Parts: sequence; structure tokens; C-alpha cells
Amino acid sequence: MLTKRIIPCFDIKNGRVVKNVSFLTNERDAGDPVELAKIYEEQGADELVLLDITATNEGRATMLDIVRRTADQVFIPFTVGGGVKTVDDIRELLLAGADKVSMNTAAVKTPQLITESAQKYGSQCIVVAIDGKWNVEMQDWEVMINAGKVSTGISAIKWARECEERGAGEILLTSFDQDGQKNGFDLDFTRRVSESVRIPVIASGGAGEKSHFYDVFSEQGKADAALAASIFHFKETTVTEVKNYLRERGVSIR
Amino acid sequence: MIAIIDYGMGNLRSVEKALQSLGADVVVTGDPAAVRQADGVILPGVGAFGDAMENLRAQGLVAAIQDVAAAGTPFLGICLGMQLLFTSSEEHGFHEGLNLIAGHVRRFQGDFKIPHIGWNDLTLHQESPLLQGVEAGDYVYWVHSLVVEPKDRGVLLATTDYYGEVPGIVGQGNVFGIQFHPEKSSRVGLTMLGNFVELVREGVRA
Repeated sequence: MLTKRIIPCFDIKNGRVVKNVSFLTNERDAGDPVELAKIYEEQGADELVLLDITATNEGRATMLDIVRRTADQVFIPFTVGGGVKTVDDIRELLLAGADKVSMNTAAVKTPQLITESAQKYGSQCIVVAIDGKWNVEMQDWEVMINAGKVSTGISAIKWARECEERGAGEILLTSFDQDGQKNGFDLDFTRRVSESVRIPVIASGGAGEKSHFYDVFSEQGKADAALAASIFHFKETTVTEVKNYLRERGVSIR
Repeated sequence: MIAIIDYGMGNLRSVEKALQSLGADVVVTGDPAAVRQADGVILPGVGAFGDAMENLRAQGLVAAIQDVAAAGTPFLGICLGMQLLFTSSEEHGFHEGLNLIAGHVRRFQGDFKIPHIGWNDLTLHQESPLLQGVEAGDYVYWVHSLVVEPKDRGVLLATTDYYGEVPGIVGQGNVFGIQFHPEKSSRVGLTMLGNFVELVREGVRA
């Protein structure tokens, strides 16, 4: 039976993990994304997401090196995102060894980017990240871009459908109402999007405890995978603990 | 020496690095002569079936692959590389494959999410050197929208279930195919690749 996936995510700036990760105490390894990736593989993570938040060209070159080293040493799939703007950016990341590339703002501004990259490299490696926020006037979730700073007036559900039509292989759905709140994933948002498309939906934003993963995988959330960052980095719980918890409750887990 | 065939269909780095981590001597090559000389051959790849066959033909690799397979060289197709082993595919029209194993490649049909993405468990159908140390119920990582339908069920070594039976590993003599990604399946996948490396070593010793 196909299992629900648990996906740790980390932000990388100039080649280092941005937030201090509490269980990397060895000074040499602290902040090294590749060391962190290896630990998560050990813990049973099903996939990883590496987000590059570097803005400079030097930083981007460093990121390609991180991707190469991760591909050399980590034998689970990983997605790379952050600042992806062109088909060439995608090509570079895939050649460096990324299994999938996620795009966000650039896809909203130039939807053709999804179509072109999916045709060229296959849907399996094209992830569209959608940041959504409930808009009272629209009575709908609205797509946010530029890391949540700019609203677009676009319905996130309609946008998710368009992404699928254009060839996206997966949707990485972040609720900006829940992100950083630690009181659970946005279940309604996740379920509505998951029911609207026929590609897998990765829920993101709001994980604060083990039960939140159970909820988002249930009929209330209908997520295919769930992503989290700080809950794993700060050792509030581990991937292993979350998976054991879910397995005990009958969720299909690797 | 194991040759990983480079024919312009996707990134081969992961397969190369996984084999190197197992101590194998590998070369990534698109040269038919190098493929003919190898002790073992891996055909990886992602993308469209028709394009893949066209590239193999253009690079003069079809005959080389058919010859080494016939000569008994351990041969492993991974993902699209497994689908190419079969007679034909219906992906974007009708395409002839390498025809090393009789059967057809068809799209998933039904009201469920496609591609089949994620970790799914294996049902083992028969013993095989490729499955040493692999147990029923072990999870491996899948990403695909098409499935193979072998003419003879006797070639099925392992399957999974995704709205029906999905062939995961096939084998016929020295020719093997793996639909999922062993190079992305952590310990279980590396065990299988290690078994293939061992098969190649045995072939060299024999």
C-alpha cells in the first residue's frame, strides 16, 4: 500500500542551514545541509526539501554544490526550491542531482514555465509550491507570492488545477494562515485542493505536534505527504517518533 | 566495469553515485563499443519512451544492448530503462521497444492519482539473486505513470499494489528490470544494487 510521506524541509543560505538545528552539536557538522540530510535519511524521512533562500550569485553557485554533495551521499529523493525562475535554473538543479525542482512566484508570473519544464523534463520532477491565505472578500484561499508579501487575487484552488493541467507532478501547499503557528495544518485548505486535483498534494505550514500529521492525513485533510521544518530541527519530536505514532494509529507509513 | 548507458534521458548521477558507494567500478557512457566491453550494463532513464528509443537508435545503442543481453552479460533497466526492455509502449502513440522481454507498456487507467509517487511495499514472487536480503513488505520509492504488462507472468520477481498489481522487478535470465528507483530507496534499494554488483563480479570470476 502506498504510504503517506513525511518530509523534513530546511532553509539554506550561502550553503549553510539557516536555523540552528539542535541535534547537530558537533561544530564541524552544525549547519551543514548534507550532514543534516543524512541524519534525516537515517531517521526514516521519506523525502527532503531543500529551500535556497540565498539571493546572490555566489550563493547560488554554492547551492549547486550542496545539491551535488547531497545527491552523492543521500539515497532518498529530494526537492530543491527557492529562486527558481527559468527553465535553465531547473536544468542546472536537475543536472546537479536534484530529483525534483519546486517553483513558486515565477510559476505564477510565467505559468508557461510549468508547461515548458514539464514537457522537457517530465512531470515527475516539477513541483509547484503554492502559498495560500484565506481571503474573506474572495471567500476563497488566495495565492500569495514573494514569500507571502504580495497578494495576487488568484484562487489557490483554481491555480492548483491550472498547475496540474500544465503538467505539474505535485503541489506543495503552504497555508500562510497556519505557517509558523504550530497549531496544525490548514485541514480545509488542504482537503479542498487535494480533492480538486489528481496529482499528489504535500501539506505544509503549522505542524506543531505529532497529532497534526495524523489529522492532515485523515479524511479531514486528505494530504498525500506532509512537510515540516522546526518541529524536527529543534528535536521537539523526530521523524521516527512521528512515523511510529502514525503507524500505531493505522496510517500507512514506511 | 559496469557501464551506465548515457543516452540523454535524465540525470544519471544518482545511479552512478549509488553504485560507487557500493564499491563498484562504473563508467557513464553513450559509446556502443564501451557498452559491448562492459562486465555489466545498466540502462537508467526518465522521460518519454518514444524519445528514448529514438536516442538509443541514433547513438547506435540498440544493437549493442541486444548483443550484450544475448551474450549473458548482467543487464539492469531502471524505471524508463525497465519499460524499454519490453516489446512496445503506448506512451504518446505506439512505439517499439528493445523486445528483450515480451510484453507491453500501458498507462495507468482509473480514477486515482497518477503518477504513482511515493513509497510502496513489495510482494515477492520468486527467489532471485537480485533479492538477496530483501524481504516481503520492504518499501521502495516509485515515480511512474505507465506500467509493464509482461506476456509471461513467470518473469515477475516482485510487485506492489496501486489500484491493482504493479510489476516492480522483472527478470529473465541475465536481464533484469526495476520499475521503482533503487538509487532513491535508501537501504533496501542499495541492497538490490549491491546484489547486481555482486552478479557482475561473479560473471567476471566465472
